[in-house]
Amino acid sequence: MTSPHPWFALRLPGLRASWRLDRRVPRAVGLLILLGAIATVIHLTQGDYAMAPPALLETLMDPGGDRDRAFVLGVLRLPRALVAVAVGAALGASGAILQGITRNPLAGPGILGINGGASLAAIAAIAAWPGVGAAQLSLVAFGGGLVTALVIYLLSWQGGSSPTGLILMGIGITALANAVTSFAIAFSDIYAANQAMVWLVGSVYGRGWEQLGPLVGWMAIFGPLACLLGRELDVLALGDDLAQGLGSRVERGRGLLLLCAVALAAAAVATAGAIGFVGLMAPHLARRWVGASHGGLIPVAALVGACTVVGADAISRIWFAAVELPCGIVTAAIGAPYFLWLLRCQGSQSGDRP
Amino acid sequence: MTLSTQNLTLTYGDRAILQNIDLAFPPGKISVLVGPNGCGKSTLLRALARLLKPKAGVVYLDGQAIAKLSPQELARRQGILPQSPTAPEGLTVRDLVAQGRYPHQTWWRQWSAEDEHWVETAIALTHLESLAHRDVATLSGGQRQRAWIAILLAQNPSTLLLDEPTTYLDLAHQLEILDLLRDLNRRLGKTIIMVLHDLNQACRYGDWMTVLRSGQIYASGPPQTTVTETMMRDVFALESHIMADPVLGMPLCIPIGPLGTTAPAVGRTRG
Repeated sequence: MTSPHPWFALRLPGLRASWRLDRRVPRAVGLLILLGAIATVIHLTQGDYAMAPPALLETLMDPGGDRDRAFVLGVLRLPRALVAVAVGAALGASGAILQGITRNPLAGPGILGINGGASLAAIAAIAAWPGVGAAQLSLVAFGGGLVTALVIYLLSWQGGSSPTGLILMGIGITALANAVTSFAIAFSDIYAANQAMVWLVGSVYGRGWEQLGPLVGWMAIFGPLACLLGRELDVLALGDDLAQGLGSRVERGRGLLLLCAVALAAAAVATAGAIGFVGLMAPHLARRWVGASHGGLIPVAALVGACTVVGADAISRIWFAAVELPCGIVTAAIGAPYFLWLLRCQGSQSGDRP
Repeated sequence: MTLSTQNLTLTYGDRAILQNIDLAFPPGKISVLVGPNGCGKSTLLRALARLLKPKAGVVYLDGQAIAKLSPQELARRQGILPQSPTAPEGLTVRDLVAQGRYPHQTWWRQWSAEDEHWVETAIALTHLESLAHRDVATLSGGQRQRAWIAILLAQNPSTLLLDEPTTYLDLAHQLEILDLLRDLNRRLGKTIIMVLHDLNQACRYGDWMTVLRSGQIYASGPPQTTVTETMMRDVFALESHIMADPVLGMPLCIPIGPLGTTAPAVGRTRG
């Protein structure tokens, strides 16, 4: 960066309102929206029932025209693609917040027990209540994620919340939840077990408008709140003592941010199951791109997540149509090698430090 | 700005660290807290900054109890640099220094022209202009310490509290940091209260010195009156020789050995 000012100042003099944004953010946002749009168009137009992109536009403008096409798009593909975008965005933003709170680049929604708790609740519901509807399942999973996160927060409280405590307790509770989940699957019938496995890997297959509604609702509340709290997250990243010395109400800020992260992740997991690695990977890519100031990092991580999941689902739907491969497997197939590469890079980086 | 304590008692759990401390730090001066390991000097500094809630007693800033001030109000008047803080990854020096403006901001007023001005001022005061675009992780120890001090300057309080600001630095960089702090005191009138390990540096840079011994104030005053051979025996359990520093005339402490030794160990083996 050769520019003397690595940020833009946005000022409304009349209102005495002002914000600061990293100079790299607008370009990153523009490129990611473009990339996401391309992936979404591919997702919508390719596959068993392929169509040219102009036909897509035609159907969107005039849904009454071609009945078959309107059904394939309006009922099958469009809600699914939008769910994929929303789930990815929620996971990316949640991961960025959690990595900021814990000051640990390896944290993510998975490590803080949100996935584990939501999965446990969902699998318990599948096992105990055969033929449970998707809407109820999603509600149960959302509740499971929130309750688990609350338990972890309370158990790690020792005169104050501690980032390390959150991670350690999260790992412990996740292991416990996974054990109970495996137990529940082992003792449920084959159909329920199959449904549970797909849910555990994470898939947006068969998701419709009715799942998109609540997810977007949660995101509309907690997404903007998280971006506004970006400044809190920036000072928390300096460590509790310095943050407090700068006048931050550390516990209130961390509590609110944790609530945002948990609600976003739980809403995503409740909709699409435990899609792995997105919450871990998206914030990393975003940080390399736009730096560590969270006001810009959170939306960019959300967009990276959205592109990743809609791209992964396009791959699974178009190339693996016969088996309907859950897109969680694709994200894991991309994410796991990336994660290993990251660990290697970080190892050599910290070794080089003075 | 006067910082003082009344009847201050600090504990960690049930363990009392400091008891009934009454202190008043002179405004506009550099005060140094010294004492052996575990005497409670860092704990006292944390309580002064409200990072630690006192078991009993009050810390006053200009006659107001700091416990009654809002966190942001306190942070506008007083800043603290904890011992060896760690920088988050991927931040440039300028990004880091910009965080110092936190107490002057609200969620809707996050980056005013004044914020910009103070960040640039802080960077200039700490001579970080040529490093401002660098990732904090790539700085040397001394440069990084200057960046941390720059956060406090962007914060722009009139009182600065620092916990061992020279830890892990070599001698040249220790002096660089201490000279910078003295410069901030002399030129900008900042009140500085810091914990220092090195007694001779404390004498050289401190206008005022508070000596702590096992949770009590042993002595408080200018280094010329507090640093004595008796104090060295009582507080550090060391025999020593105190002389005037040939360069500046401040007390200079030559340690001889544990209580009862009359000559340095090196001298004895030779003789």
